[in-house]
Amino acid sequence: MTNGIIWKLIIVVGVLVVTLTIAGGLIWVERRLLALWQDRYGPNRVGPFGLLQVLADMVKVMTKEDWLPPFADKAVFIIAPAIIVLTVLAAFAVIPFAPGVEVVELNISLLFFLAMSSLGVYSVAFAGWASDSKYSLLGGLRAAAQMLSYEVFMGLSLMGVVMMAGSFNLVKIVETQREMWYCIPQCIGFVVFLIAGVAETRRLPFDLPEAESELVAGFHSEYSGMKFGMFFVGEYLGITLVSALTVTLFFGGWLGPVLPPLVWFTIKTFIMIAFFVLLRASLPRPRYDQLMAYGWKVLLPFSLLNIVVTGGILLAAAN
Amino acid sequence: MSGRAITEELKGRFGEETVSVQTTCDGVPTLWVPRESLCEILAYLKTETEEPYRTLYDLTAIDERVRSRREGQPESDFTVVYHLLSYARNEDLRIKVALRERALSLPTTTTIWPNANWYEREVWDMFGIAFEGHPHLRRILMPPTWEGHPLRKDHPARATEMGPYQLPEEKEVREQMALQFRPEEWGMKRSREDTDLMFLNLGPQHPGTHGLLRVILELDGEEIVDAVLDIGYHHRAAEKMGERQSWHTFIPYTDRIDYMSGVTNNFPYVLAVEKLGGIEVPDRAKVIRIMMAELFRIISHLVFFGTFAQDVGALSPVFFTFNDREKAFSIVEAICGGRMHPEWFRIGGVAQDLPKGWDGMIRDFLKYMPPRLGEYERMVMKNRIFKARTKSIGAFTFDDAMDWGVTGPGLRACGFEWDFRKKRPYGGYDQFEFDIPTAQNGDCYDRCAVRMEEMRQSLRIIEQCLNNMPAGSYKSYHHLTTPPLKERTMYDIETLITHFLNVSWGPVIPAGEAVFGTEAAKGNNSYYLISDGSAVPYRVRIRTPSFAHLQMVPFISRGFMVPDLLAIIGSIDYVLADVDR
Repeated sequence: MTNGIIWKLIIVVGVLVVTLTIAGGLIWVERRLLALWQDRYGPNRVGPFGLLQVLADMVKVMTKEDWLPPFADKAVFIIAPAIIVLTVLAAFAVIPFAPGVEVVELNISLLFFLAMSSLGVYSVAFAGWASDSKYSLLGGLRAAAQMLSYEVFMGLSLMGVVMMAGSFNLVKIVETQREMWYCIPQCIGFVVFLIAGVAETRRLPFDLPEAESELVAGFHSEYSGMKFGMFFVGEYLGITLVSALTVTLFFGGWLGPVLPPLVWFTIKTFIMIAFFVLLRASLPRPRYDQLMAYGWKVLLPFSLLNIVVTGGILLAAAN
Repeated sequence: MSGRAITEELKGRFGEETVSVQTTCDGVPTLWVPRESLCEILAYLKTETEEPYRTLYDLTAIDERVRSRREGQPESDFTVVYHLLSYARNEDLRIKVALRERALSLPTTTTIWPNANWYEREVWDMFGIAFEGHPHLRRILMPPTWEGHPLRKDHPARATEMGPYQLPEEKEVREQMALQFRPEEWGMKRSREDTDLMFLNLGPQHPGTHGLLRVILELDGEEIVDAVLDIGYHHRAAEKMGERQSWHTFIPYTDRIDYMSGVTNNFPYVLAVEKLGGIEVPDRAKVIRIMMAELFRIISHLVFFGTFAQDVGALSPVFFTFNDREKAFSIVEAICGGRMHPEWFRIGGVAQDLPKGWDGMIRDFLKYMPPRLGEYERMVMKNRIFKARTKSIGAFTFDDAMDWGVTGPGLRACGFEWDFRKKRPYGGYDQFEFDIPTAQNGDCYDRCAVRMEEMRQSLRIIEQCLNNMPAGSYKSYHHLTTPPLKERTMYDIETLITHFLNVSWGPVIPAGEAVFGTEAAKGNNSYYLISDGSAVPYRVRIRTPSFAHLQMVPFISRGFMVPDLLAIIGSIDYVLADVDR
């Protein structure tokens, strides 16, 4: 019993430390990868290969003046950046990194993830509203509309997987992929989920809430110091989360030959993360209304179609 | 000269005594008309005459009060100059109106040409000449709190001629209050039907405006109802400086007007001076000039392309194009010594001969560039998101372009095949083969596509320069060439004296007026120079494409959304120093 609790505690702390470290390390990874694709060097001065750049950035962001705009709605302004980090971290609780290596095994773990990522929208919407600045407001509004819409397709796109696995339990979903990864039979669901996932993390090409060339920094224009850092960390945590979940749902999670499960999971997740960075290096940003139209007119019908077809085939096979 | 027909036509229509002719050395028909019949004549020229002058190319003024060499011109304290352009005739026309100091006002021409708006404001700002009936006659380049009119001859040009600058608190508050935007002053409403409108202040510090530009947007949600542009934050009094620099020492100032395209700025200036001085430039100098100008056209377009892609959210192209630009700069550096502002052209030629090995560098660049352009085509121009963001956004028609004085790639994007290098070959362009790229829709995408193709055409021209570089001198032997060739200074006293004078005082350019317009990277850039027969220009007027194009932004962005505005101003390709001068 006590052993069980200690084991759980170790996992909780381990997951916390590892995800936060990865989120921090991603700053370096992204900058170096982007630089690689953009014919430049990226940070390569601080420490070996510029690895300590992250540390330097952390020191900087911690010691910067943490300015509270006098015109802002103080309480909400402070809470907003905390929400994003909290919800994403909470969602990590249900990710099965390897057999037995997870914080909790819920029967509805997938729903839990969806619930947590829905809560994330409060963070950006609050931030945009509480800043009491026009740019932030526009960014917050865009964020709210974008994330709410893509939430819908994200949930729907996963139903195919749920139907095939017969469970909302992520561990079960991984186990049922021993024969074949779901990215093949559920290719439509996979693509829709990936697009919705990018939109959820507000990364280019879906970075409209912060669109630098238009809205300066969108919803976090007024943020500075560690509060801004929280949004930053939240974004990288979000990328890690969506990548980990994509791997779990569509790429067989920890499954793989020879290497230990945790290693497989890490490798796959990292490839997904690199894909996210590559997206940022290669695509322009659509306009807000185009983004919405694309979601409701293209992604929604496709994910519905996916559900119907998957359901039909499963029913036929059962009979 | 060819202006005789229109002169006779105007005389026949408005009476012999209404129109008086001035001869200028640039051959542009120059007519003085009285204040009363100005609007009538201008309206006639724009609409009624056959092959009309549809474009108000430039509008400026001259403070004539201390000018001594005005033979054959009517009495005038201040002269307002309307420079019209007829594409149908391929001809310019200069209309001048004489004003006396006690009555400095004219009727507005904003009803005839919408682009007269900013030009008239500029003349008001700089000379204090009022335009009756102008919708918003207020300062445009100087801050609203400025006292005096800078381009008047009695206004000081140096900071040392004015008192020391101080900023006490009450002045600071006053200056800041003056920047406050009041929608009512611009005839804007705070609400529409049952929605409240939001005013968004974009700039002067904003990552998307490419410099110090302030745009005040009237928004309904994210939809742009109207916009007001506030410029002048980059004003550096280049025209005023022209009146205190010698003809030669003004050249470096020109580089910094459109700071993206270096020697392309020198081109119209030295051509105008050479016209005034009657200097013939040797062939080698001509080809060197063209080669450098085309190289800078590519450099300017590369920056445009990268930043435009960035404006619509693509992060990478800007790094690629800046790398290419670096390659081009290494050539510029090898030839000129400088990079962004090489100040390389001279009155009568270029600064030095080409260095050893220049041809190899150019050849490498010609090999390197085309595949890169192909890559950009695939990466950006064919990208569906990019197309969705730029097609049918910010479109204007050929007629709009005529009304707003659009030149350059923007004009060609409306399907009008017009390039001053082809239609009025200057500086030796008639010897080169190249095409004029055009597009049909006049939207952001087309403006970008035209520039892409222009880079290819520029490469073609550079290749011809490389293969046919003439031998001979890189500078003219004319006595006004500055600095003069030195070979014979130690052999005869005349050349020694000329050399001494041209280097110490600078050349004395014969009295007269000349304008020269060239096809710069961003559109037509011209210098209108007036010499009073001294070592400094009497008046330097710089007509820049960016000023004309930027003025159009509110007109083409109404009804679009905020992100579209950024795409539009990106596609216009302006440089704030080119706008404000």
